[in-house]
Amino acid sequence: MSDGWVMVIGLEVHCELKTASKLFCGCPNMFGNEPNTNVCPVCLGLPGSLPVLNQNAVELAMAIGTALHCDIRPSTFHRKNYFYPDQAKDYQISQYDEPINVNGWLELPDGFRVGVERAHMEEDTGKTTHVGTTGRIHGADHSLVDYNRSGVPLVEIVSAPDIRTSAQARAYVTELRSVLVATGASDGKMEEGSMRVDANVSVRRSGDDLFGTRCEIKNLNSVRSVGRAIDYEAERQVAIIESGDKVMQQTRHWDEDAGKTQTLRSKEDAYDYRYFLEPDLVPLAPDAAWKGAVADALGMMPAERRARLADLLQEAGTGTEARTEQTATVVDLGLDDLVVEAIAGGVPAALALARTANEAATDAEAARKLDPGSYVTLLAMEAAGALSATQSKTVLAELLAAGGGDPAVIARMKGFEAMSDNTLSVTVAEAVDANPEEWARYCAGEDKLAQVFIGQVMKATRGQANGKAVMAELQRLRG
Amino acid sequence: MTVPRSAFDLAAAVRSGETGALDVLGTYLAAIDAGDGEINAFNLVTREAAREAAIAVDHKVAAGEDPGLLAGVPVALKDNMCTRGVPTTCSSRILDGWRPPYDATVVTRLREAGAVVVGKTNMDEFAMGSSTENSAFGPTRNPNDTSRVPGGSSGGSAAAVAAGFAPVALGSDTGGSIRQPAALCGVVGMKPTYGTVSRYGLVAFASSLDQIGPFATTVADAALVFEVIGGHDPADSTCLDRPAPRVLSVLDEGIQGMTVGVLTEFLDGVDADVVARTRQAADACAAAGARVEEISVPEVRLGLSAYYLIAPAEASSNLARYDGVRFGLRVDAEDTTAMNTATRSAGFGAEVKRRIMLGTYALSAGYKDAYYDQALRVRTKIIDAFDRAYRRCDVLLGPTAPSTAFSIGAKSSDPMSMYLSDVCTIPSNLAGHPAISIPFGTGDDGLPIGVQLLAPALAENTLLRAAAVIEAAANSMEGREG
Repeated sequence: MSDGWVMVIGLEVHCELKTASKLFCGCPNMFGNEPNTNVCPVCLGLPGSLPVLNQNAVELAMAIGTALHCDIRPSTFHRKNYFYPDQAKDYQISQYDEPINVNGWLELPDGFRVGVERAHMEEDTGKTTHVGTTGRIHGADHSLVDYNRSGVPLVEIVSAPDIRTSAQARAYVTELRSVLVATGASDGKMEEGSMRVDANVSVRRSGDDLFGTRCEIKNLNSVRSVGRAIDYEAERQVAIIESGDKVMQQTRHWDEDAGKTQTLRSKEDAYDYRYFLEPDLVPLAPDAAWKGAVADALGMMPAERRARLADLLQEAGTGTEARTEQTATVVDLGLDDLVVEAIAGGVPAALALARTANEAATDAEAARKLDPGSYVTLLAMEAAGALSATQSKTVLAELLAAGGGDPAVIARMKGFEAMSDNTLSVTVAEAVDANPEEWARYCAGEDKLAQVFIGQVMKATRGQANGKAVMAELQRLRG
Repeated sequence: MTVPRSAFDLAAAVRSGETGALDVLGTYLAAIDAGDGEINAFNLVTREAAREAAIAVDHKVAAGEDPGLLAGVPVALKDNMCTRGVPTTCSSRILDGWRPPYDATVVTRLREAGAVVVGKTNMDEFAMGSSTENSAFGPTRNPNDTSRVPGGSSGGSAAAVAAGFAPVALGSDTGGSIRQPAALCGVVGMKPTYGTVSRYGLVAFASSLDQIGPFATTVADAALVFEVIGGHDPADSTCLDRPAPRVLSVLDEGIQGMTVGVLTEFLDGVDADVVARTRQAADACAAAGARVEEISVPEVRLGLSAYYLIAPAEASSNLARYDGVRFGLRVDAEDTTAMNTATRSAGFGAEVKRRIMLGTYALSAGYKDAYYDQALRVRTKIIDAFDRAYRRCDVLLGPTAPSTAFSIGAKSSDPMSMYLSDVCTIPSNLAGHPAISIPFGTGDDGLPIGVQLLAPALAENTLLRAAAVIEAAANSMEGREG
């Protein structure tokens, strides 16, 4: 960001809910089927059809609200009227001035809290494919509409304009995605459109309190696009202001290939949506018991999971600062339960975290299915020196590939018998004899040369020696 | 062979095997063939499907199975109720060629009760009108005087019953579209409480006001049809979660001790002969042991203005889907927007366009509060005012329409005077309350007059008991005068 300027960013995230059926009819909510096969009179907007609200969608919306610390309130649905071919009824049923979730927040991994103004329910539109040279409606020869997505339940999560950098925006989207997956509301697949992001971006000079004129950027289909588009847009706005012009309030389209935002429509062309209360639906007022049941069914959210690990690392006296990234990784991959189990099983916290974040994380899907008991046993063997780090990693890879097993048995089959102290000291002594010059320097205080001897021993034992034990032997020999 | 005139007697005759459903159908189809060329009550007569349905009923009777409450009863459906595989036009060009892939809930219930659908009846386009002149199929004529309108918008259904083309019919009532044509044609027409009859499959005009109800020659037939079509439907979220209505058993309970309020505002600006008949109906109530008093509910005067903002506003949204993309008429043009415009310009008639524009305006940014929202506030006032009136009265009584049937073309160029036809019927729609029009003698021109009873929400029992009393009085009056 240019010196002397600050970005002000608010994000609107549309999340497709992972329900079995659509928001207002019984059609399957499925991605990737043959076009116009998951349709019925309701989601095609045929004359005479009427919407009936999907209870499961309401529950997932409430779960999102609970996870984002929102107030869950009595709510209503409105009609948002505009003509578009993929809008089956030529209006969208959406929550407007009385959304189900209001006034929440999302805490980012660094502890920064972004306000969530609302998280409301609405139906998705169909999908239009413009056939022609440009791929956009202008200049298309003809257009094809697939209504399979018409009526798919969405929750739109609107952040407060609290975000100040593109990195923070990326962190927000990443964290929100984890929360949505953790609630069971979403599969979080941005590439399939399960999550779509619009960014409201404005800039102001450092120290200013007032907001600048904002532009809304659409078509952000990845975390990377979110960051790139915001950076581009902020610089564009700064350049306009510095050249003495004014930023015009606009909706802009992010062109991923060109790396640019382009005008979609300006404020003057903004639709008048003629919102009014949807007369075909009745108000929604979840009672305390229903809200309680949804809250009780909700598992731990990523922030809670990170806090849980941080506490354990703290207790173990392991520096938490340096471990933030590893903590975030294991939580993000849903492997934090393994770490917690391992620590509870007596494995040193740093080892439990490192093995999980570095090795188990390489095949997170298999690791999530791993029997925690065998994982803890393996790490305990490594911690006790029964297996070297290299051996431990090999056994772990075997466990993940086989989908489980007894680490002790695998270690034996691999020939990873723990080396006796006697054998080890002979091998270390051989390494010392072979490198007299390095040994002298090591004895003179060049500690880092210990690595030379460890390397030699490892080579000689094909990685089976325990690094810590080698180090202890070297220190003993040095006296 | 004589076929009974009432659905009640007809179903009884079919159920007992005394009369065959196919014979009954034959009688009615013959009447349609003889008379509908002039009346134009039907957009479509579903002859073959009706024959199959009648044969199925006869088979059930022969097999000793229960053929249903409306066994073999021919029913005409207003052409805004979806019928699977059968064109449903709303008397509009814009639905040209569309065949719904499903039956409306009321149609399913009629079929399950053994009724035989004989056809789809003419109407004002999308139910917007009071004369059945706003139709792509030409006007329907009043069977009592073919130079006159049958009323509307359910004029085809009212005329079909009045002409003897069907013993009963269904209409939809958004601002009086069942009751006003019932009055002008001299038949019974009932608008039930909003939410007692499913709207699923009724092509929407104004969703918060639309309600399906029966036309019949007797109050008992209307009650019978209401029992068949009423009751909860999970496909309509606004349909009340209550068991199917049971009203037939109370019809002969009388109104001894009830209080009947003559609604004075409904007598203003109404023709003298209509006022006179209304007062006679009040006298009949008194004679039957009810306490009759005049009651003023000034708020009902605001109904017409509120209605002509709320109904068009909802319609402007409900009718947006007729865009040429998925079904019905498409007029090709250079791009999608131009195609939408060309389709809608060609497909909608003048009255529909007028109301879409009115409703779009009423909902527009900067105007919504002054128009649409204000109308909603008025609606609430009307509901509150009715609630106060019903603390004193069990039912309210007034005329259904300000005059007898007017001549075809008389009001076509003056929308305001046409809109005034519904001044007495609109308040019940705004309140969601039940109301019924019962034929009560004729006017100075010899044409039928209807009187209207209004009752609080879900008080169909009370409403129909009083209606039966007025019907009996009308029958004995006809005997004396006739």
